[in-house]
Amino acid sequence: MKANPETNLPRFLQTEEAAVARALARRPHELDRRAFLKITGAAGGGLMLAIVLGGRSRLSANDTAAEETGFSPNAFLYIGTDGTVTIHAKNPEAGQGVKTSLPMVIAEELDVPWESVRVEQARLDEDAYGSQFAGGSLSVPRNWDRLRQAGAAARAMLVAAAAAQWNVPVAECSTEAGVVVHAATGRRATYGDLATAAAAQPVPAESDLRLKTRDQYRLLGRRITGVDNRAIVTGGKLFGIDQQLPGMLYAVYQKCPSFGGRVAGANLEQIRRLPGVKHAFVVDAVGGDADLRAGVAIVATSTWAAFQARRQLRVNWDESGAATDSWSAFVEQAAALADQPGTVVKETPGVDTAFAQAARTVAASYTYPFVYHANLEPQNCTAWFHDGRLEIWAPSQTPASGVDAAAKVTGLDKSAITLHMLRIGGGFGRRLMNDFVCEAAVIAREVGVPVKLTWTREQDIAYDFYRAGGFHHLKGAVDAAGRLAAWQDHFVTFTSDGREPTRGAGMRATEFPLQNVPESRFAQTLLPLKVPCGYWRAPGSCALAWVIQSFLHELSHAAGRDHVEFLLEVMGEPRWFEEGNLWSLNTGRAAAVIRLAAEKIGWGRSLPPGRGLGLAFHFSHAGHFAHAAEVSVDAARRVTVHRVVVAGDVGVIVNRSGAENQIEGSVLDGLSTLAAQEITFEGGAVLQSNFDDYPLLRITAAPAIEVHMIESDFPPTGLGEPALPPVAPAVCNAIFAATGHRIRTLPIAKEGFSI
Amino acid sequence: MPALTLQINGQSQVVEDVDASTPLLWVLRDHVGLTGTKYGCGRGLCGACTVHVDGAPVRSCQLPVASVVGRSIRTIEGLAASDGTLHPLQEAWIEHDVPQCGYCQAGQIMSAAALLEQNPEPTDADINLAMAGNLCRCATYTRIRAAIHTAARKAAARRSTA
Repeated sequence: MKANPETNLPRFLQTEEAAVARALARRPHELDRRAFLKITGAAGGGLMLAIVLGGRSRLSANDTAAEETGFSPNAFLYIGTDGTVTIHAKNPEAGQGVKTSLPMVIAEELDVPWESVRVEQARLDEDAYGSQFAGGSLSVPRNWDRLRQAGAAARAMLVAAAAAQWNVPVAECSTEAGVVVHAATGRRATYGDLATAAAAQPVPAESDLRLKTRDQYRLLGRRITGVDNRAIVTGGKLFGIDQQLPGMLYAVYQKCPSFGGRVAGANLEQIRRLPGVKHAFVVDAVGGDADLRAGVAIVATSTWAAFQARRQLRVNWDESGAATDSWSAFVEQAAALADQPGTVVKETPGVDTAFAQAARTVAASYTYPFVYHANLEPQNCTAWFHDGRLEIWAPSQTPASGVDAAAKVTGLDKSAITLHMLRIGGGFGRRLMNDFVCEAAVIAREVGVPVKLTWTREQDIAYDFYRAGGFHHLKGAVDAAGRLAAWQDHFVTFTSDGREPTRGAGMRATEFPLQNVPESRFAQTLLPLKVPCGYWRAPGSCALAWVIQSFLHELSHAAGRDHVEFLLEVMGEPRWFEEGNLWSLNTGRAAAVIRLAAEKIGWGRSLPPGRGLGLAFHFSHAGHFAHAAEVSVDAARRVTVHRVVVAGDVGVIVNRSGAENQIEGSVLDGLSTLAAQEITFEGGAVLQSNFDDYPLLRITAAPAIEVHMIESDFPPTGLGEPALPPVAPAVCNAIFAATGHRIRTLPIAKEGFSI
Repeated sequence: MPALTLQINGQSQVVEDVDASTPLLWVLRDHVGLTGTKYGCGRGLCGACTVHVDGAPVRSCQLPVASVVGRSIRTIEGLAASDGTLHPLQEAWIEHDVPQCGYCQAGQIMSAAALLEQNPEPTDADINLAMAGNLCRCATYTRIRAAIHTAARKAAARRSTA
């Protein structure tokens, strides 16, 4: 069997990431060919330009009419004659901060004070903006060059306009904070004054653009508060679930508790007579598990009326094709595979010899559970079918895919569907799927008035696309000098198609330390599964880091070595496995963050009994991160995490506040997950129902977090994910240091520990 | 169903066609159109729906609307002064850049506002106790703690200059 090295990303992201990686490997500062295209003839003498990507079409005429005067050199920004600068934030905002950080990149190159910038959510228009999604920690790296060029092109045109007015060479003019300056004569003109003249300037060629160097940044690297924060703290209508329309009705949608069940019958007549209920009808499945599942829709005059009616709903489910999966059975199956070889994905020729000649071998099995995304805003979507068109308001991480999915399940042409991107109350990968959009679309098509679909919390937990659980049967060898000589992992994971790991459940053949250790074997067994899986924050990595970094600690301990020294030795000499590819491990950057984390936690100092330090490293999403944790554990196995030190390297920092917020949140998300979160299922149905049996970390357990970033000229990469994976192994390694107990099953509650 | 009159953010609101057992949360969101108060769990487990009733923080998803007739209800939309001056907590939340997704923050701020009214200078332990019922999935807890301390200082400064 051949492993797909990129199965931990949605398919469209696999190609995106691969394309980015290839482009970066080829030309570090030129992602792809593009040109700035001038569009003339806007109303009021204005001017609009669009960035053309891969020969796609330009902005429509309607867009040019929207901005009547001023200067709009491309779809990303508009400068009014009064000097106001409007920047469009292209990607969905899910709490990862891109509505602030991406416009900052444009504002930096445009050279305007942030205070003069107004940020607006861009409409969904991939012809104008390129791909618009929130996933894979890719927003910043994928848009870094394009957004800098958008800002720089506009600045160049403003400078050219000023130089022409003053009849001086362009090269003698500079900009500062929204003003073009000719130093020799002391002349100054604001961008607002120049906006109309700039619109008449030719668009510079991409090769003529001069981008700032890091030492010239005035905005990037500063702490900028989120552009929506005022609206958030005053209760503004921002989120998908806040959408309201005149005459709107409210829907719930009930699916079979066992995945894949269909409706054989339901007490619809009784439901239709309940207070406030306007419609009740059966919906058939269309497409796969990420499209439209079969169920019963209830549409009422309020959310509460719909929720109450759902309690009275009695459905006769046809479960002939439904899931019968059992987590407890999977645990037994996986345990029985511990001594089996599995199917080899990758191995080195000398691996068996290395084990035979080892001074010491260690074997252990690790188990982690399925987990749930737990977006605090439950899945929801508002839709309105009128005049042959479907209008959708959705908190989706992949809005363009949402349009495709809505077209598929309604039979409407994509051109008849408009999707408005609304703020997302937590993404974490859940809303890469658009199943809730599909449900709202078919319900809206049926009822013909605006309708808002809201999932109950119980439905949200029962119908997630879960992070798959998994099992690793590991064996490691150290030689007489205490060096790691061989590594073997038999990974027992899940498949939905019988051929490859299901979404988010794969491991790359390049996963650390497979490339670093002299001899290794990576084997796999796929267990068939119908429970739907998806992409949960740092897919793959979120679980693999715990397994790998915990077992490395077992090996360093067995060898009697200092763990940091051992880890640095495994990492080896500084090298970049695929030179120029930011998504490839760079052992030099890795070693630097490991050393920094160790230094900042005070590695090696002696601690009282019951207290310990743990350290772990993981590379994912182009981010190199090492975390160190200090914990104490009492006799009742209660764990207190005193502090977590993070050392990271993602190149340039765009928004320091946003960056640290993502890292702090990732650390606490990691703690939350390792403590007590576990999804179990029997008979194909999930057993957890709400936050009482699926607990999230509370403020009482939130430790101090210190963030130390190594900043460099490497292009910036994303922070939504890579700071999460090292948390669990750092804490579990610290628990081992404090107690001598090795945790090999997550959550730690399974072994009697609590946080 | 008889119409109910509610006192919300200092104003009388007549709500028609609503069952008396409907939780206040859904009356605020669907009937009154105040969507700042959020639905998170429906069982009083997450705190996203926190509002003040007669000054006390309550989970509006657990409170039948009939039980709050004649009582003073304050939501996130009514926390700033009528002239638009933000509450010290709102200012502090912006300065500390607390929100990530932001969905839970209305409930967090309402719980924190009730805390500061009872205890103008809370310690970390006081904050943990008062805020333990409010979940933040993005886990902005360290910033929430810092912002509450900042807001306490701001409120003290306002009192001293008032």
